[in-house]
Amino acid sequence: MSDAATPARTVPSSTQALLVALKARTFIALILVFVFFAFAAPNFLSTANLVIMSKHVALNAFLAIGMTFVIISGGIDLSVGSIVGLCGMVAGYLILNGLNPGFGWSIQFNTVEICLIVMVVGIAIGAVNGFLITRLNVAPFIATLGTLYVCRGAAMLFSDGRTFPNLSGNPDYGSDTFRLIGAGTWAGLPVSIWMLIAVALIAAYIAARTPLGRYIYAVGGNERGAALSGVKVNRIKLFVYMFSGLCAALVGLIISSQLVAAHPATGQSFELNAIAAAVLGGTSMSGGRGRIGGTIVGAFVIGVLSDGLVMMGVSSFWQTVIKGLVIIAAVVVDQAQQKLQARVALQAEAGA
Amino acid sequence: MTVGLQIRGGSKVYPGTRALKSVDFDLHLGAVNVLVGENGAGKSTMMKVIAGVEQLTEGRILMDGAEVRFGGPDDARRHGIGIVFQELNLFPNLTVAENIFMGRERTRAGIDIDRAAQRRETRALMARLEQDIHPDTLLADLRVGQQQIVEIAKSLAQDARILILDEPTSALSAAEVEILFRVIGDLRRQGVGIVYISHRLEELLRIGDHITVLRDGAITGARPMAGVDLDWIVRAMIGGASKDYAKAIDHPFGPEIFRAEDVCLPRAGGMAVDQVSLSLRAGEILGVYGLMGAGRSEFLECVIGRHSHATGRLFIEGRPLTARSIAARIAQGIALIPEDRKNDGLVQILSIRENMTLSSLRAITTAGVHMNLGAERRTVAGFVKRLTVKIASMENPVSSLSGGNQQKVVIGKALMTNPRVLLMDEPSRGIDIGAKAEVFRTMRALAAEGLGIVFVTSDLEELMALSDRIIVMSNGRVTGRFDRRDATETALVAASAKGHAPASQEPAA
Repeated sequence: MSDAATPARTVPSSTQALLVALKARTFIALILVFVFFAFAAPNFLSTANLVIMSKHVALNAFLAIGMTFVIISGGIDLSVGSIVGLCGMVAGYLILNGLNPGFGWSIQFNTVEICLIVMVVGIAIGAVNGFLITRLNVAPFIATLGTLYVCRGAAMLFSDGRTFPNLSGNPDYGSDTFRLIGAGTWAGLPVSIWMLIAVALIAAYIAARTPLGRYIYAVGGNERGAALSGVKVNRIKLFVYMFSGLCAALVGLIISSQLVAAHPATGQSFELNAIAAAVLGGTSMSGGRGRIGGTIVGAFVIGVLSDGLVMMGVSSFWQTVIKGLVIIAAVVVDQAQQKLQARVALQAEAGA
Repeated sequence: MTVGLQIRGGSKVYPGTRALKSVDFDLHLGAVNVLVGENGAGKSTMMKVIAGVEQLTEGRILMDGAEVRFGGPDDARRHGIGIVFQELNLFPNLTVAENIFMGRERTRAGIDIDRAAQRRETRALMARLEQDIHPDTLLADLRVGQQQIVEIAKSLAQDARILILDEPTSALSAAEVEILFRVIGDLRRQGVGIVYISHRLEELLRIGDHITVLRDGAITGARPMAGVDLDWIVRAMIGGASKDYAKAIDHPFGPEIFRAEDVCLPRAGGMAVDQVSLSLRAGEILGVYGLMGAGRSEFLECVIGRHSHATGRLFIEGRPLTARSIAARIAQGIALIPEDRKNDGLVQILSIRENMTLSSLRAITTAGVHMNLGAERRTVAGFVKRLTVKIASMENPVSSLSGGNQQKVVIGKALMTNPRVLLMDEPSRGIDIGAKAEVFRTMRALAAEGLGIVFVTSDLEELMALSDRIIVMSNGRVTGRFDRRDATETALVAASAKGHAPASQEPAA
């Protein structure tokens, strides 16, 4: 029996190099996109633009991280865009009105409390998704499509479809710090970016170093096999949808804080961008495969591409077409990589 | 008698195994060519090559002296080759007639399906097969035996010159087998070349004209049937090499380690497992024998906790096993090695390392959160060595391994949970002879270490060689209990057939 040295002997080094290039393809694509816009779009590399761009990317990246776990576990979460909208409305409502139990007085909340409540709302909606999928055996696509509509409708009901304006908060209640979530900076970076870094690190840690993460991959790879190995499949699924809900709630908070307003239509079609980022980052739609790091790079590729095209003055219609082509190309290359990788592993094992 | 099809120097390489080793095979027309060999000897692979489902890695196929290439099943079909697979390839949601004409629908002007014609031809086929099956019956409403008849009818409808039957009688009743043999006789007289694969040797002796024996991917015997007896077949099948797994390590048994009482599992219209009770001592290997569908796998699944609606009492080391979840039962010391390695045993997409530790991540985790990947690699390396798993790297996907090595990974996964009782469902299925012997040696060694092992098998030889005690199941019930010393093959087979005759009433054993 030989160790890891065997593949080098049986597999030509050109194949190895190609495999490495394919594995790093999203990263290479990101660098190419960056270099291209650095020349093609004026001011692209200015600090101000980079900060604005990373703020845009962050919103999608949050959702994409949650989505990555869901997709790895073999599911899909279509409801995240609506959760963003609903959570923004909840935040706006709490800032403007507090809670009114109907006794002629109301409870007001400070920023931290509002954030916690909104996060609980997001997690709870994720738990509903998980409950529908694990206990009532609804297919993930349908269950989350249902909550997509329910949440969007609920967001509209909150304000009769109107916007909650002027969410600058009230210093008396301690909610005036709410706008710092979207507008504040710390050590030169926007608060939302720090939040993204924190969430991404936690998610990457979960994926790579905890049993929970390993179980998510196992459930997505083979649910029956995982169950027979003693994995509590339902708990794992519940977790991924709750985590996805939490990520969506954070985005809801950030957007309503950035805009200092909450609009019930916020977040429409965000779920599709999140799925695109995950897929671009190498997450397999059939489950069992994907990395948090890849997803974040994927989110950056999409974000940089759309912002760069805007700066170049490319029409938004063309932008959409280009985005679509990039996603398709990514998946085609991914297929090629999988085939090559399987072949290399087979050769290595046949030689063992 | 003419040779219709020849394979010359045919080899087929799968990842990790050579399924066929330069075989020369002659298929005689107007005759029944029987094919025997143990599981994994390469019979099915050779037939898949002939039917165009798989392509030879090396070698040639000749038909009527000219070389042919089958790019796919369609090519083979155009050359008049029909095959009935071991696993049925039918559509349960369509009717019998629709199934028979799938892909070759009788049409008017190429668009409109001529249902009347299809029905007519189906009726004619069923008459020929002496079956009273209406062409408009949904396939799902037929018994498995009848479905097999439909599959055979489908091949007949294609006017095959060569018809391959891969274990066609495994699901048929005695009466249906007789009909099938009559049909085979008819076809032979019409000049069709029939390849007949079966494990039932007496069937082969009865209907065969030419016999070919495969062992380990090579042909070890090929001759006309005249003068062939069981002895000759068995010698060619098993070869001179004695099976070293037959050597028992004698060791004393410990106290009772596991007991099941009245385990029942209801299913639609009856019981899949019907009041099964058994007890197992430490260091003992208990063989469970029975036919397909006797409820053996289901019983093991009840024990591991896969079926939440199963009833009965389980005890491990005298303590009642009340936990219902699989995870809790694994923690209590039960481990299952499932029959279906691909779908139940492994997560194909994950690496060898990740598969092996999947059931025992707790052991390498601090505070329930942090996994120590270094410790994980060391543990896996230890088990890889102990079980002699042949791998290039533990980071490769488990799907890149051969069947035998995959099975060892599954066994490693089970052993990592430190089980007291090991449930093994057909542990030798689909692995080559060398790996088989190693798996059996491992089982013996584990028993000697004090593990209790319950293992399910359909192979009598394995059963007799490995078991200390034997339980026979039929129709969900225990129909026989034997000590290894007084078990005879005849008695075992008789017990496994009990309860299939409609009138017999078995007392709960």
